[in-house]
Order: sequence, then C-alpha cells, then structure tokens
Amino acid sequence: MIGALIIVFREVIEAGIIVGIVMAVTQGVRGSRLMAGAGVAAGVVGASLVAAFAGALASALNGVGQELFNASILSLAVCMLAWHNIWMASHGRQLAAEARQLGQEVRSGARSLFALAIVVAVAVMREGSEIALFLYGLVAAGGTTAGDLLLGSALGLAAGVAVSAVTYFGLATIPPHRLFAVTTGLITFLAAGLAAQAANFLQQAGVATAMSDTAWDTSAILSDTSLFGRVLHTLIGYSDQPSVLQVVVYAVTLAAIFTLTKVFAPRTIARPPQTPLTQNG
Amino acid sequence: MTRTQLSVLALTIALAAGAAAPALADDAAPVQITLKDHKFDPAEPMVPAGRPIVIQLANQDATPAEFESKELRVEKVVAGGGSITVKVRALKPGRYRFFDDYHEATTQGFLVAQ
Repeated sequence: MIGALIIVFREVIEAGIIVGIVMAVTQGVRGSRLMAGAGVAAGVVGASLVAAFAGALASALNGVGQELFNASILSLAVCMLAWHNIWMASHGRQLAAEARQLGQEVRSGARSLFALAIVVAVAVMREGSEIALFLYGLVAAGGTTAGDLLLGSALGLAAGVAVSAVTYFGLATIPPHRLFAVTTGLITFLAAGLAAQAANFLQQAGVATAMSDTAWDTSAILSDTSLFGRVLHTLIGYSDQPSVLQVVVYAVTLAAIFTLTKVFAPRTIARPPQTPLTQNG
Repeated sequence: MTRTQLSVLALTIALAAGAAAPALADDAAPVQITLKDHKFDPAEPMVPAGRPIVIQLANQDATPAEFESKELRVEKVVAGGGSITVKVRALKPGRYRFFDDYHEATTQGFLVAQ
C-alpha cells in the first residue's frame, strides 16, 4: 500500500502543481472550470492509451519513439504556455486597463483557455501514464490485494490533489492587481523547465548530441527526487544534474518568452480611461 | 506585426534551432542488460570510457519497468516482456547508478566506465 501511495503521490504532485497554477491563472474566467476538467479528462484518457501502448511506443521510430513522443508533447506544452503569456500581454492587460468594471473575466482572457487546457492534458497524461503502468505492474506481480492497492493509490491521489489545492489557494491570496505579474512569471519559468525536459529527451534519443556534459551536480545539496526538489523541479525546472544543453535551452526559453512578452505588450498600458465615469477604482 | 516584433521572432527561432545541434553518428559501444525477477543481469556491466554507449535492455518479467538513471540522464519505460534501446553519451571513467523507478530500493545496478 505504501508503495502505491508514494508513487502515485510523487507523480500527481507534478501534474497537480501545473493544474493549480493554470486554475489560478484562469480564476474567474467563464468556462475555466470546464476547461480544467476537460484537460484533466483528456489527460487521463491519453495516459491510459500511452500506458496500454507503451511497448509499441518504445519500439517505434527505431527505438526512440518514447523519447520523441515525450519531447513533442512537452514542446507543445511550452508553445501553449508561451502563446498564453504573449496573448495575455498583448490583450489582457490592455483590456483590464480599459474595462475594469467588467470584472474578473476580462483580466484573464478566455481565448487562451484552450491553450491552457492542452497544458493540463499534457501534464496529466505524462504523469498519469506512469501511474497506470506502475499499478498494472503491481497487479500483474500479485502479492498485493486489490483493495490494498486501491487504498494506497487513493491516498496518494488525495495527497497530490491537496498539493494542487495548496498551489491554487496560495496563488488566490495574491491581490488581483499583482496576480497578473506573478502568474506571467510562474508560467515563464514553468515553460522553461518543460523545455529543458524536452531537451533531455532529445539527448536521450540521440537526436541532440551536443553539450551533453553535466553542467553541475547539486544532488548532495538538494536532490530533485526529494519532495522540495520535486516541487522546485515542476515550478522552475530545477534539476540536480542537468546537461549543458538543458541549461542553454532553459536560458534561451526563459529569455525568448520574456522578450516576446515585452515586445508584444502594448506601449500604452496606463492609458487613462475615455470617460470619467470609470474613475472610481 | 512591426519590424521589431518580426526580428525578435526570427531571432528566437534561430536560437531555438541552434540549440538542437546536429546529431553525429558515432561508433557506439553496445551493452546488453537483462531484467529478470526484478534483477539486472549483469548488475555491473563494464563499458569503455570516452565512447557513446547503446544499452539494449530486455525485460523478461511480465511487469513493466522504468529504466532510470540520474547520472546517465535516462528515463525510459520498458513494457513487460519488451525491450528498449537507450543511448548514453560518452562517459568519463566512473560508476553510474541505474535502477527501475518502480522498484528503486531493490532493482538497481551500476554502469562501470573504464
């Protein structure tokens, strides 16, 4: 039971933090709960499919199917996060400045909901497929009663969902006028971390062979398999033994999203409202 | 889209493309490892240092495993009864731990590069 609990919890944390952030980002947007739910559901379906076809996936594309699949879906998530940030910078802030009285839905921009649903689905699919494989292994191996296994998994899932809730409610305490800046920063770091993971899969597949040396080894100080290390791994992409390429990809992604967000942001952010009637906030 | 926006976009794409450097076909040293009854065999395979390595892992158990190594930066699922190929960069002499992520405490081994 403990085995199932620990593994399920460990995998759910990573997806849970991402879901928590996405829900905080889209807080108050009409349809955002539906979006998060659909993302999780699509992720669970995807995870089951990935687990069921794990063998076929591993042997696909001359044996690097699994790596290229992981690199692809991670890159997709990075693009969606980047697009969300850029869209928000170019529309959201301006809309918020002009139409504060319309309420919270404007602040978050419903149009990028779909992009964030994809991010949720990717996160759930990646972690969920490992849980499915692990549980299948436990069942196939026998020795554990099904009830015990189920109980451990349920507890692990509950603990993971609790981390997700802490993330969400933690972010929800941030005052609305600061939330935009905070979530923009969080999403930029999240995307950079996912890009570095994608780079690792490309190196593992032998597609990218340059800069494969280990940049640093801080596993003695903070292992990325510890609870805190895992949280940092998800939030900012912390890795205790990254390759040089991972560090470069991380830095480039961070700089690119930061720059694009700045470039696409409207120059006249603090334009005063046209009518004096809205000057009450 | 303004000129500045366009040039920033172009620069971003160029940088991203540059980061994914071209792959070179090296003469990799092959290593065969078998996983049976949740044990790696050999548990401490020897590999030449300074040359890329290709690990062939055959899983003879009915259960899936996740072949993982922090030092080798490998994380790959192998289905029950399946086999996988894992490419590893040229290593400095040393011992590199690997394990089955689903049974980390009991199922582990070391790649010994000399």
